[in-house]
Amino acid sequence: MSAPRLLAGPDPSRGSERRAEHVARLGPLPKGGHALVELLVHTGLTGRGGAGFPVGLKWRAVAASSHGSAVVIANGAEGEPHSRKDRLLMTSRPHLILDGAMLAAASVHAKQVVLYIGEDHRAALRSMSEALAERTDHERRLMRIVPAPARYVAGDSSATVHLVDAGIATPTTTPPSPRDRGVGGAATLVQNVETLAHVALIARTGTATGTVLITVAGSVNAPGVLEVNAGTPLGDAVQLAGGASEPARAVLLGGYFGQWVPAADAWTLPIDPQALHARGLSLGCGVIGLLPTSRCPVCEVAGIMRYLASESSAQCGPCFFGLRALADACTRIADRGTDPGDLQRLQRWSAEVYGRGACKHPDGAVMFLLSAMKTFGDDFAQHPAHLRRTA
Amino acid sequence: MSKEFELVVDRIKCDGRGLCAEILPERIHLDSWGYPIMTKGPIPDHLMGLAQRTVDDCPVLALTLRRVAAQKHRGR
Repeated sequence: MSAPRLLAGPDPSRGSERRAEHVARLGPLPKGGHALVELLVHTGLTGRGGAGFPVGLKWRAVAASSHGSAVVIANGAEGEPHSRKDRLLMTSRPHLILDGAMLAAASVHAKQVVLYIGEDHRAALRSMSEALAERTDHERRLMRIVPAPARYVAGDSSATVHLVDAGIATPTTTPPSPRDRGVGGAATLVQNVETLAHVALIARTGTATGTVLITVAGSVNAPGVLEVNAGTPLGDAVQLAGGASEPARAVLLGGYFGQWVPAADAWTLPIDPQALHARGLSLGCGVIGLLPTSRCPVCEVAGIMRYLASESSAQCGPCFFGLRALADACTRIADRGTDPGDLQRLQRWSAEVYGRGACKHPDGAVMFLLSAMKTFGDDFAQHPAHLRRTA
Repeated sequence: MSKEFELVVDRIKCDGRGLCAEILPERIHLDSWGYPIMTKGPIPDHLMGLAQRTVDDCPVLALTLRRVAAQKHRGR
């Protein structure tokens, strides 16, 4: 479909690319600094961790408040249950990520770089630490690996700072944003590892990479990670993943904080952060999940809501109690059949919970639920009691 | 500089004691679980005294009065 950029070179399934091979293929690490920041602003690269914030603008802000003591956190927590792309990149192209992290450190005048990697991502941890051992003395003094707990909220940018500072991977109240006051009070740049890999290529070529990493999951024949040209129709990506293994009912775009799209509307959607944003959708962390017609959407949604409720860090009341109440109401509908009172409660509680956490966890969960209730309105309105759980 | 203020809750500190909603029901009501929901927008002058009392009396010091201009954050 497209010329791979991040995954160009040796077959990613063969494991970690060594430094010598990486340098022979791409050349030495270019210089970071003001010119690179402006180049990133110009190329319009957006973050690939989920929030999609413009990278150049973030680097500019951190550089401005750095005073030579900023911190860079390369975020490889990848807590999204179906996402695999960050792990694949850390496992197969660690030096691209380290290059990006070094470029970030030079550009925002950082004095330390934290490689924040999900503790369950064993192969990624091994690959990244082996790659780190191959770097220069200066780079090894600057960079260190910090394993992140396998929790959904551990990838939140304030949670990454909290873990590095205090050993607790829960979000903290913002403002101050990590960008203004992060690790040890220093301006902190938290950037997803795929984003940093894009930077490593952009710094070398001077142009946008034009690709995105996605994880195709659910009812497809060959689920997994793909690198596609930005703008590729979603249906083409599904074909690249071996095609749908059974008729699809809907697509969940962007992972558990994403939105449901009926299958009929989904295939022509362009896989492009900006184009999707313009349609009120989001590529988020790049997960494209297919729900087959054979599965009950209400039961599926109830299972995911229970998961998201259990992943609340239990710090903010509206999130802790609200998500649990929403998950319970979804589960009642799934197990015992539709109750109009529960449908009303779902709407009312969603409105009460949205926007009322220190982090975006409750917002993401509520948006997911509202999108499900819109896409599967009839299913929610007349769900039978079948006492079956799918998750 | 604006002299308009609004009440901001630190959601992590807030324990849902509910004192604020008793002091200032004109601007604060409680959600289904007892946590405060603030009316959006600047606090009218005649309620500023009571708003300051919610800040001073909050048992877990979860409330602050913040200038509206400096407040470009989510939350309510």
